[in-house]
Amino acid sequence: MTYLAKPKFHHPALPKNALGFTHRDYEGSVSTLCAGCGHDSITAAVIEACYELSLPPHRIAKLSGIGCSSKTPTYFLGNSHGFNTVHGRMPSVLTGANLANRDLIYLGVSGDGDSASIGFGQFAHAIRRGVNMVYIVENNGVYGLTKGQFSATADRGSKSKRGLTNNDSSIDLVAVAMQLGATFVARSFSGDKGQLVPLIKAAIEHEGAAFLDVLSPCVAFNNHAGSTKSFDYVREHNDAVNRLDFISPRDAIKVDYEPGTTQIVEQHDGSRLALHKLAPDYDVHSRIAAMNYLMERQAAGEVVTGLLYVEPDPEDLHKHLNTVKAPLNTLEAKELSPGSAALEKINASLR
Amino acid sequence: MKLTDIAAPDYFHKVVDCQWACPAHTPVPEYIRLISEGRYDDAYMINWKSNVFPGILGRTCDRPCEPACRRGRVEKDPVAICRLKRVTADYKNDVTGLMPKPAATKNGKRVALVGGGPASLAVARDLAPLGYLCTVFDQDPKAGGMMRSQIPKFRLPDAVIDEECGYILNLGIEFIGGKRIDSLKALLAENYDAIFVGSGAPRGRDLDIPGRAEAAKNIHIGIDWLSSVSFGHVTKIGRRVIVLGGGNTAMDCCRSSRRLGGEDVKVVVRSGFEEMKASPWEKEDAIHEDIPIHNFLVPKEFTHDNGKLTGVVFEKVKAEKDAKGRRNLVPTGEPDQHFPCDDVLVAVGQENSFPWIERDVGIEFDKWDMPVVDPTTMASTNPKVFFGGDSAFGPKNIIWAVAHGHDAALSIHKMLSGENITERPLPQVSVSSQKMGIHEWSYDNDISLDKRFRVPLRDKVVALKDIRAEVELGFDPKLALAEAQRCLNCDVQTVFTGSLCIECDACVDICPMDCIIFTPNAEEADLRQQFKAPAVNLTQDLYVANDLKTGRVMVKDEDVCLHCGLCAERCPTGAWDMQKFLIDMTHAGEGCRSKA
Ligand SMILES: Cc1cc2nc3c(=O)[nH]c(=O)nc-3n(C[C@H](O)[C@H](O)[C@H](O)COP(=O)(O)OP(=O)(O)OC[C@H]3O[C@@H](n4cnc5c(N)ncnc54)[C@H](O)[C@@H]3O)c2cc1C
Ligand SMILES: Cc1ncc(C[n+]2csc(CCOP(=O)(O)OP(=O)(O)O)c2C)c(N)n1
Ligand code: SF4
Ligand code: SF4
Ligand code: SF4
Ligand SMILES: [Mg+2]
Repeated sequence: MTYLAKPKFHHPALPKNALGFTHRDYEGSVSTLCAGCGHDSITAAVIEACYELSLPPHRIAKLSGIGCSSKTPTYFLGNSHGFNTVHGRMPSVLTGANLANRDLIYLGVSGDGDSASIGFGQFAHAIRRGVNMVYIVENNGVYGLTKGQFSATADRGSKSKRGLTNNDSSIDLVAVAMQLGATFVARSFSGDKGQLVPLIKAAIEHEGAAFLDVLSPCVAFNNHAGSTKSFDYVREHNDAVNRLDFISPRDAIKVDYEPGTTQIVEQHDGSRLALHKLAPDYDVHSRIAAMNYLMERQAAGEVVTGLLYVEPDPEDLHKHLNTVKAPLNTLEAKELSPGSAALEKINASLR
Repeated sequence: MKLTDIAAPDYFHKVVDCQWACPAHTPVPEYIRLISEGRYDDAYMINWKSNVFPGILGRTCDRPCEPACRRGRVEKDPVAICRLKRVTADYKNDVTGLMPKPAATKNGKRVALVGGGPASLAVARDLAPLGYLCTVFDQDPKAGGMMRSQIPKFRLPDAVIDEECGYILNLGIEFIGGKRIDSLKALLAENYDAIFVGSGAPRGRDLDIPGRAEAAKNIHIGIDWLSSVSFGHVTKIGRRVIVLGGGNTAMDCCRSSRRLGGEDVKVVVRSGFEEMKASPWEKEDAIHEDIPIHNFLVPKEFTHDNGKLTGVVFEKVKAEKDAKGRRNLVPTGEPDQHFPCDDVLVAVGQENSFPWIERDVGIEFDKWDMPVVDPTTMASTNPKVFFGGDSAFGPKNIIWAVAHGHDAALSIHKMLSGENITERPLPQVSVSSQKMGIHEWSYDNDISLDKRFRVPLRDKVVALKDIRAEVELGFDPKLALAEAQRCLNCDVQTVFTGSLCIECDACVDICPMDCIIFTPNAEEADLRQQFKAPAVNLTQDLYVANDLKTGRVMVKDEDVCLHCGLCAERCPTGAWDMQKFLIDMTHAGEGCRSKA
């Protein structure tokens, strides 16, 4: 925790994005989390991603539940919309907000406790409905805010700070998201912004349910030997299947990657993902193969990271429900009350 | 890139930009913090030890520290380092008890000092307490040199000069005023153990153009005129005055004229306004007193009528680059301009002259007729004779004179102790962690966002009526505190211990200036490009440290670090610490002796 506000001064030569903002303009208030918390690095990565995408802050809505992780939206995007829901309820509030105003960019920020315990059902349904959002779980394997109890993502056999062993099976949110039909699934590590920032950018540009599981060591309660969510453990067991360059629709594409090692994925909005393959046979378009690979590596004690699955042409909840294209708050009486003839027609179709 | 050796005293000294730039290496942030604490006596003594004349310099210093100040790189203006120095002098109590005492016993060695300006006085101050018998000769009755004879009283009152020269003369120094040394040979024959020449650069350049002789009565050499004003021999000048020249002397001439009857006073310079030698603040002060500065005009002729000056004719010029890229002033071809006036002050430069030094006393002179002086030891080619101040390398300023004085005193002390004067002692460095608690530091790390405060001035109408009325009133304690808060404490250094770091990135994320990265080591030019804002200021070092688990290195760009300590507050393992590096130059005395 830092008592001093971060000074307003910034580097005089700090670059600006297309909107004339520096990355400092995407900050929120100063973090009150423990010094060294992985969540703060994810905060910095979100700031960097939004800055690099030149997103207008007022077009972003950030929603979260309860937990240290869920506190982080206070620390980024100080000029965006925000909603701090009750524990585990972020997904349904986000779904509602998204239905009401489809024009905003939705950032759902949650923790492993918030999403894999109390909010597990909510998480599952938002994903399976294909809500157009970025769903980030800041995964530290513990309930950080309530002082370090094992969460449902803690690996079986891993040890708590006080030496207790976790005997329950763990939930792999990536595997669940994949199984439930998320159209963009990735895992990354708070200590690797080079990997994390492009993944967040790609997820934001993805027009469907994008799920990001970010391992985020809790320095206070889960960064000891015997933990599988510590800086050291993740660094030692990180099996990155690929690294990503995000190429926005505005950038002229100049790819001269070695053939066979780089795959270009074009997203619906025109953005491109240049995937540098690290695991040569890994196919990001095959849900089944991805799930197999995950299981296999997990059994070997590895932590698979990278872009794990992407559907280049996703569908979302609005498409499924055939909703109106405009945000509800822009609809006038004329559209909301189309008259008795229209009503007649609807009634007739239901007879 | 090579790892940084933070134990080398210069490394962290360079981070304290102001102290590094100060010729006498005054520990600026240390005295500024003491001002914030209201400890004016201690703040004064820190200055006194380094720069000998805090009250004088706090009003007149050329302040090379300010253009160097880091604050000027993160916002518009540097800290008002110079005027804060004056604060220490203005609000201190009686400091006589804190001054060194005259040596109880003399060491039997005699040192003669020619000239009683800041250079000689600094030498005498360093040597007298060690037991040397110092004799200062000056042709003027009182000590102070040009500080007393040239700098106008409205910038520097006599009382301040008296006080600060007094501290030195009270150390048991013999001052012989009103005595001009006419022969170095004769002085050498008096068997002094060492002689220091601090005779300044006393000759003002003249302007030999038509009409000079005929109108001589109303054409004055600037520095001669200023000393006549200082000593009260001149009390009036004509209503219309033209000052020729663009340096600080010209600024003092025009402002003095405004106080002695000059109503229509103008400064005319050959160069452009920007290229003038005067400091920006001196130009500002002149303009504030309704003195226009006309540029790109070359004086061609003095016009006169019956032996009385009537004006000056100028040729209009412009700056042009020649084939080699040098700037030249070339006539524009426009008609000449005539400015009528009653008096002209010529302030077009200052020169050395050593008519009293015989050329056969073992002192080599170069082709410009300047003595050959070693810039580190201040020794001439006669092993007994040392130079310093304006006499050594031409006209500079007070703080350089003081710095030369320290260096010469050190050489004299070493020489007379039988040591090699070319072996110079390192500065003394003391290191102390500032950590008191997780968020508590023994320095105030909150960053003030205030813009530079202006020093209050005496009302212009009142000021222009009395040439002895000091124009600047100085900061009051409240303003001083607010200005002191702008200092970034650049001597509280960020010190990194790689073996403690878990590479969590917390410091990278919190740093408001984006000056920390973790990366595989590479060439310096490459590393400099890796920051969010590339580290393009090559005068500022990169701090590179290893011992990280991933084999990467930590690289910090020292350029615009605010010394806010947020990196250290954010670090979960204490890999960053904020440590105060006090760097104290070693002067003549015990600490300077070789450890043989
Ligand atoms: C108009 C003017 C304004 C200035 N304003 C500033 C300013 O604001 N800030 C600043 O930092 N600097 C200023 N300077 C420069 C500064 O005054 C000098 O750089 C500084 O005083 C040099 O110190 P010094 O000890 O070398 O010599 P000086 O101060 O010149 O002292 C030399 C002394 O030696 C005496 N002397 C010379 N020859 C002999 C001899 N043969 N026998 C006996 N005595 C002798 C002289 O009378 C004089 O008293 C100014 C200079 C001028 C001309
Ligand atoms: C309904 C409800 N039940 C329980 C809690 C207590 N509680 C607060 S935070 C938290 C767990 C948070 O864990 P996680 O989402 O992993 O966040 P972290 O702090 O680890 O980032 C719990 C159980 C609560 N605030 N509300
Ligand atoms: S901010 Fe303070 S310590 Fe830093 S260079 Fe300026 S005066 Fe010196
Ligand atoms: S003290 Fe640390 S956090 Fe503050 S500017 Fe310097 S490097 Fe950055
Ligand atoms: S905050 Fe400390 S432990 Fe974390 S990366 Fe910086 S120096 Fe290393
Ligand atoms: Mg958690």
